[in-house]
Amino acid sequence: MKTIGYIIQKEFKQIFRNKAMLPIIFVLPIIQLIILSSAATFEVKNIAFSYVDHDKTSFSRELIDKFEASTFFNVITEFPSERIANSAMLEGEVDVILEIPQYFERDLLKNKKTNLLVIINAIDGAAAGVENVYINQIVRNFNKNAQTNLMQASDKNNIPKNILSIPSFWYNKTLNYKTFMVPGILVILVTMITLFLSGMNIVREKEIGTLEQMNVTPIKKHQFIIGKLFPFWVLGMVLLTVGLIIARVLFNVPMVGSLALMYLYTSVYMLVILGIGLFISNFTDTQQQAMFIAWFFVVIFILMSGLFTPIESMPQWAQFLTEFNPVKYYVEVLRMVMLKGSSFIDILPQFIKTSIYAIVMNALAVWSYKKTN
Amino acid sequence: MKRFIGFIKKEFYHIFRDKRTLFILFGMPIVQILLFGFAITNEINNVDIAILDKSKDATTKEITNKISSSKYFSLKQMIENETEIETIFKKGKVKAVLVFEKDFSKKLTKENNATVQIITDATDPNTANNITNFVSSILQKYQQEINKDLKIPYQIVPETRMVYNQELKSVFMFVPGVMTIILMLVSAMMTSISITKEKELGTMEILLVSPLKPFQVIIGKVIPYIFLSIINAVIIILLSIFIFKMPVEGSLFLLGAESILFIINALSLGILISTISETQQTAMMLSLMGLLLPVILLSGFIFPISSMPKILQVISNVIPATWYIIILKGIMLKGIGLAVIWKETLILFGMTIFFIVLSIKKYKIRLE
Repeated sequence: MKTIGYIIQKEFKQIFRNKAMLPIIFVLPIIQLIILSSAATFEVKNIAFSYVDHDKTSFSRELIDKFEASTFFNVITEFPSERIANSAMLEGEVDVILEIPQYFERDLLKNKKTNLLVIINAIDGAAAGVENVYINQIVRNFNKNAQTNLMQASDKNNIPKNILSIPSFWYNKTLNYKTFMVPGILVILVTMITLFLSGMNIVREKEIGTLEQMNVTPIKKHQFIIGKLFPFWVLGMVLLTVGLIIARVLFNVPMVGSLALMYLYTSVYMLVILGIGLFISNFTDTQQQAMFIAWFFVVIFILMSGLFTPIESMPQWAQFLTEFNPVKYYVEVLRMVMLKGSSFIDILPQFIKTSIYAIVMNALAVWSYKKTN
Repeated sequence: MKRFIGFIKKEFYHIFRDKRTLFILFGMPIVQILLFGFAITNEINNVDIAILDKSKDATTKEITNKISSSKYFSLKQMIENETEIETIFKKGKVKAVLVFEKDFSKKLTKENNATVQIITDATDPNTANNITNFVSSILQKYQQEINKDLKIPYQIVPETRMVYNQELKSVFMFVPGVMTIILMLVSAMMTSISITKEKELGTMEILLVSPLKPFQVIIGKVIPYIFLSIINAVIIILLSIFIFKMPVEGSLFLLGAESILFIINALSLGILISTISETQQTAMMLSLMGLLLPVILLSGFIFPISSMPKILQVISNVIPATWYIIILKGIMLKGIGLAVIWKETLILFGMTIFFIVLSIKKYKIRLE
């Protein structure tokens, strides 16, 4: 026990004496949490909108006014021809072109039907889909008003059947992305810091040659490993605490569930990450190799965690792979507990999987660490 | 000049003798682009939903069928009362619950109006919003079907044309982003260690007393990595064309030239990091922690820049990846040439010069 205490002391000293690393460990993640949480939004707004009005009647003007009034669109310009509008889209200046045909109003009055052309830059397919919904909503409302104004007695028996859909968004009524993203980004930052540091730690001693000195001491394998990992475990918990305070105070993220549950889960989760880090450390010879491998896994963990893009949309084989992604469970649990107030029973499946993962990873790490070369 | 060539040779030996790193260097980007190209999508597919049907008549059954047979949703369970909604949401089993009101059919025929409630688990606002939109559009279609025989007067029919990506494939959005991230990070990480490693191992002293000029040392360090990164870029571009069927509407030559420019940019950023950090650990943490998330989040890779707060839009301008993604999408999907993207190219070029000049200035020729 005493031995472990000394190793831990040594590790902490090493962390705190490295003045160049301290800001990277403590300040960089905090800044990123604050700045990047606002960047991660799929909300589609400030849509660069333009139009070509061939009709130029008060009626077509009215339709454009509706778009101008909408908060989703920035009405940029009116283009005199479709050709000029298209080249503006090519240059990336506008994303939506509304083309109102000639005789737009006349056709509606005479033929009782008229067309509109909407051109959407669809490189970002998801955003294009949402833009299309917004445009259709505006046009439909405009159309409904026109119908009520123009309806004549003879049309009265043609009232269409209407299915109303009433959306209600639970746990996040205003569709605030920050409450969704802050917990997720916090998870990523805590994971990155602890994985990188633990992954580099032992391999660094190998590279510099001090590991040999450690190996000839009477320190036992498990003492050494516990001593090496405990400081990073503490570090992860401290970062989580700071992050949670920022989430609560700065971003007003609701914390419905129990804090104790979050910490309980995190403490097990940290073991998984540290085990992975140690495992990487054992299998590499240089810090460079260790970092590349850690980077490889972190990028996969992040992009396949369901944090930014939903897991259900992935192909079956990829969904299966995410079962091995610890970050996925952490993101799920933190969101469930913080935003929905899920209880221990609700997160039990994740908790069990994470615990098994922790045991397996650490067993592997201890097994693969050899005191002799 | 001969000395310089000798130095470059030394650098090449360094890289090629470390077989493991070399393997990682080329293996990882391939695995990543394959994995992410297929897996990362924000299209809505097979979302698990539940239905609470309070009227259980022909119409609601028909709508239920329509919804569960669409590729967007899979019906996980039918529930019987409202209290169950809370429980299944908390367990995270389903993302949405549809509630049909009582006497749905009757109301629809008699009063011409009936309501469906779409309750979504909005902890994921994007999915919640998309689900709502998709359910609404299925309902809309059904409504059109039942109203088919009516002649509704005064209709404005919008015809939508999705350009550059007709099928709204999210591959077109994400593959350029994945390419950018891999090139940026691999390049920056590789070089960021190259100078610090010499510092940490003590061989820097030898370089300092050699007659090589600081800029020669730096340029010599970058050249082998340019070579490696170009191979990487070629592999990635080939994969995205042949596996992910990304079109290259514009000139392949221009695509190559722009990629080289971007690689040099990322490499010089790596050099800059290595001149300001003393240990490999610091250099790597800077290039990993400092670059990874900002590049993913602020470059327009996943999240649209135009929706961000103004200040972040400004910050996104200083990230080289932002410009490279615009260039990539422009050349590959829109088929535009230098005449249109000269501004983006010039910015990347300017940033590169800035990084190189700064690194040469920061490169210390004295030991501490």
